[in-house]
Amino acid sequence: MKRLFLGAAALAALVLVGGAQAQQPINVKIGIITDMSSLYADIAGPGSVAAARLAIADFKKLHPNVNVEILVGDHLNKPDVGTQLANQFIDVDKVDMLIDTPNSGVALAISQVAANKNVIYIVSGAAASDLTGPKCNANTIHWTYDTWMLANGTGSALVKTGGTSWFFLTSDYAFGHALERDTMAVVKASGGNVIGAVRHPLNTNDFSSFLLQAQASKAKVIGLANAGGDTINSIKQAAEFGIVAGGQSLAGLLVFASDVNALGLKTAQGLVLTESWYWDMNDANREWKKRWDAERKDPSKLPTMIHAGVYSAILHYLKAVVAEGGAKDGKTMVAKMKSMPTDDILFGKGTIDPNGRKRHPAYLLEVKKPDESKYPGDIYKVRATIPADQAFRPAKDSGCPLVN
Amino acid sequence: MFEFCLPAILGGKCIPSAALFGQLLIGLINGSFYALLSLGLAVIFGMLNIINFAHGAQYMLGAFTAYLLLQLTGLGYWPALVIAPIVVGITGIIVERTMLQWLYKLDHLYGLLLTFGIALILEGVVRNKYGSAGLPYTLPDSLRGGQNLGFMFLPNYRAWVIGASLVVCFGTWFIIERTRLGAYLRAATENPTLVRAFGINVPRMITLTYGFGVALAAFAGVMAAPIYNVSPQMGSELIIVVFAVVVIGGMGSILGAIFTGFGLGVIEGLTKVFFPEASNTVIFVIMAIVLLVRPAGLFGRRA
Amino acid sequence: MEPAAIEQKDESAPAIRAGGVPVAFAIMLALIAAAPFVTYPLFVMQVLCFALFACAFNLLIGYVGLLSFGHALYFGWASYVCAHTAKVWGLPPELAILTGAAFACGCGIVAGSLAIRRQGIYFAMITLALAQMMYFFALQAKFTGGEDGIQGVPRGKMFGVLDLGNELVMYYVTAAIFLTGFLLIYRIIHSPFGEVLKAIRENEARAISLGYKTDRYKLMAFVLSATLAGVAGATKAIVLQQASLTDVNWPMSGEVVLIALLGGLGTLFGPVLGALIILAMQYKLSSFGEWVLVAQGAIFVLCVLLFRRGIVGEIANFFRIRL
Repeated sequence: MKRLFLGAAALAALVLVGGAQAQQPINVKIGIITDMSSLYADIAGPGSVAAARLAIADFKKLHPNVNVEILVGDHLNKPDVGTQLANQFIDVDKVDMLIDTPNSGVALAISQVAANKNVIYIVSGAAASDLTGPKCNANTIHWTYDTWMLANGTGSALVKTGGTSWFFLTSDYAFGHALERDTMAVVKASGGNVIGAVRHPLNTNDFSSFLLQAQASKAKVIGLANAGGDTINSIKQAAEFGIVAGGQSLAGLLVFASDVNALGLKTAQGLVLTESWYWDMNDANREWKKRWDAERKDPSKLPTMIHAGVYSAILHYLKAVVAEGGAKDGKTMVAKMKSMPTDDILFGKGTIDPNGRKRHPAYLLEVKKPDESKYPGDIYKVRATIPADQAFRPAKDSGCPLVN
Repeated sequence: MFEFCLPAILGGKCIPSAALFGQLLIGLINGSFYALLSLGLAVIFGMLNIINFAHGAQYMLGAFTAYLLLQLTGLGYWPALVIAPIVVGITGIIVERTMLQWLYKLDHLYGLLLTFGIALILEGVVRNKYGSAGLPYTLPDSLRGGQNLGFMFLPNYRAWVIGASLVVCFGTWFIIERTRLGAYLRAATENPTLVRAFGINVPRMITLTYGFGVALAAFAGVMAAPIYNVSPQMGSELIIVVFAVVVIGGMGSILGAIFTGFGLGVIEGLTKVFFPEASNTVIFVIMAIVLLVRPAGLFGRRA
Repeated sequence: MEPAAIEQKDESAPAIRAGGVPVAFAIMLALIAAAPFVTYPLFVMQVLCFALFACAFNLLIGYVGLLSFGHALYFGWASYVCAHTAKVWGLPPELAILTGAAFACGCGIVAGSLAIRRQGIYFAMITLALAQMMYFFALQAKFTGGEDGIQGVPRGKMFGVLDLGNELVMYYVTAAIFLTGFLLIYRIIHSPFGEVLKAIRENEARAISLGYKTDRYKLMAFVLSATLAGVAGATKAIVLQQASLTDVNWPMSGEVVLIALLGGLGTLFGPVLGALIILAMQYKLSSFGEWVLVAQGAIFVLCVLLFRRGIVGEIANFFRIRL
């Protein structure tokens, strides 16, 4: 009887609080600029939209007075289209915030627009660590992952577990060079040594020449400083040349669950990589995946860390909106978000650095063998957890002018 | 250990001669795909006077058909090697009957534009259905493992690729240059009216030729599936390189297409060893040089 | 050296009414003047850049009969050079655009003299291959920033007085650049030089037999087209304050073909209308999501099979006018 009474009192209190808030409806407009149709549609795209809807639904449960509208734009992987969309979203549709954007070129371009027009921009999809480095600004937050984190996670953790000598297979353009450079630094700092590196052109079909060189180097780890189709091709052909079977291990420096899917476990098994979120890691994530599946309506797709990042970022943003009493301009919102600790079911507790870098743990994952995988999507085992303070680049090393 | 060195003027990079053999062999494998694809283009061009821009997409379709056969019917690599080219070849025949055949009397550029459109549609549809990351297709068990040749480890699958493409390429050459059927084909390209007068159904021959050229692309696609990423965009970049191969070789001759394909594969392979930075542009550079020296292409006839 | 035969041929064209071009031009001018007050200026600026790009492309295919499948090279590289010179060297916008165009001109001379050694389909494949090669250079070159591209290009002050930071000023400057290019192309087509180009398109052998060095004419047309494409690309770099890989990659070459084909090859206004439609589609199709590529492919197929004249070409044909 007593408990019931307490419960009723609590309920009444809630209603009161809720009632007080309900008097001031807050309207928020979010523009998701993502790749709905092309190369990154699987890792972000429709999945990000689904994640955003979940975040809004969850937030509305606690704050029914907050009304959120979502706009979705497809940047077609073209920076000019992305810029154009961002401008139109801001000028014509009056969005309060922009989010997602896989493809670093597009993200860097939108980040400029956001700074010029003082709107908040949260990047979940793109990898370039320059977003919080030399090209940072006070309107941009980089949420989920970046190249530094990938290089550092895989590099340091592998050296610690015995992968002391490295050979790099590097995609020959700025992105590959940066990934190679960051990882080399980490490997050396952790006490490993780099035996050699070979640069291959972007979108190479045949990797056998490069793989033969990697094989002949006898390095314990072959680091793949490339992305997308190049990574898939190099792993596929490494299996053919018996590289993993011969005792060398492959380290993917930018690999997504969708890439592992494209390879199949039989080919990808043993591959080591870093991500900041994996759906099958704990009950909360599994529960979330069920809801995401229902929203996404495509059983063949898996939620990625980018999707989880969109969810987590929107929640934190909305919390900041409520704390500010409404959606304010970009710099104010970013400052507010940096001042509040982050906390959500997917990434746990975290913080945002002065340069806009969101901090949370990262995980060194290994692709399972086919017989270890019990159900679809059961692809990784967690080899190590990299705590939040070590997972991302220290703000003071970032070269971002915002840090002092 | 012998070493093979480039002259100092080219950087003087050295590799052990054993490794050089390995790289030559690998270049040949690479060239197998160029040869198969440029052969298909040459066959189609010879008969239809059309550059088939959809060739890359049809190559991709071959690989996807192999994947679908495995997923839906459980048929593995070997049946796919036969079925996929037939299926994709039939789609090619449909394309020829419903669209291409109306363009023969027009400027050849329209054929290029139409097939470019078809390539976009094919790529778009496959991407919608299966996403862009790619799909898994593993090596057939019978071709796993490899041989240690002393100077290199040669995966069995690679050996098979060289062998099979050589057989297919020279088989095609034999049919076109050395059989009665081929004689009709060649005659029909020279003088269709006359050949028709002999009671041969020339339009049907054209249709079947297009189907065959497309099937060759699909065959290459199935061959590529176990080692290259099976993705909607797998053919679009490759086809541009193959175009350059075709310009270098000149499309006048079947043998020319085959030799240039294999030859450029080897050259590209060596570039990967000595100047990896240039390996994606070397074929284009060669194309520019050939255009300066022999505008009609190495094996081409002056039009 | 005025070839009488060609002149005659033009006069004997059946019952084409005069007056189409001035009317259409007046309409276009009015629309361009009014556009920033009706719709989003940045979008129209982009349309104008692509329209100029397509007009330049159309100069080759429509009036010389040469299909270039590598025009992204001039558009994209000019945009890189312009962005770099404006941002890193601090050149004022007019000089940056000129530098970009000059670079495109240089590329046009080299690529053009290679490509015109072959005809027809080979010409298309060679231009495509050369453009792909330059795409790889753009990818690997340091100053282009690889996949990241160049952002934050300053708009600066045109001739030291016009503040391009102001959206309307930028708009009318872009419109002026477009109109200059457009009128220049009109002038080229209707000059004696343009008549020779058309003669080459109709029958190259005859033009040769009349004593014209057709290769020289073709190269000149090629370089003009490349340079104007460069102006378009460079202007776009200033308008959108960025340059990226998209503009040098082969799909961009395909897109400009699509724009010109849809609008109408060999028509003056076709590429302009085509650019408007294709770009509008790109933004409107966002809601269609995954169907952009398929829609583009379908337009290609439909145009080739059913509307080879393109939209403007069909209109012109219907009213028996020239547009």
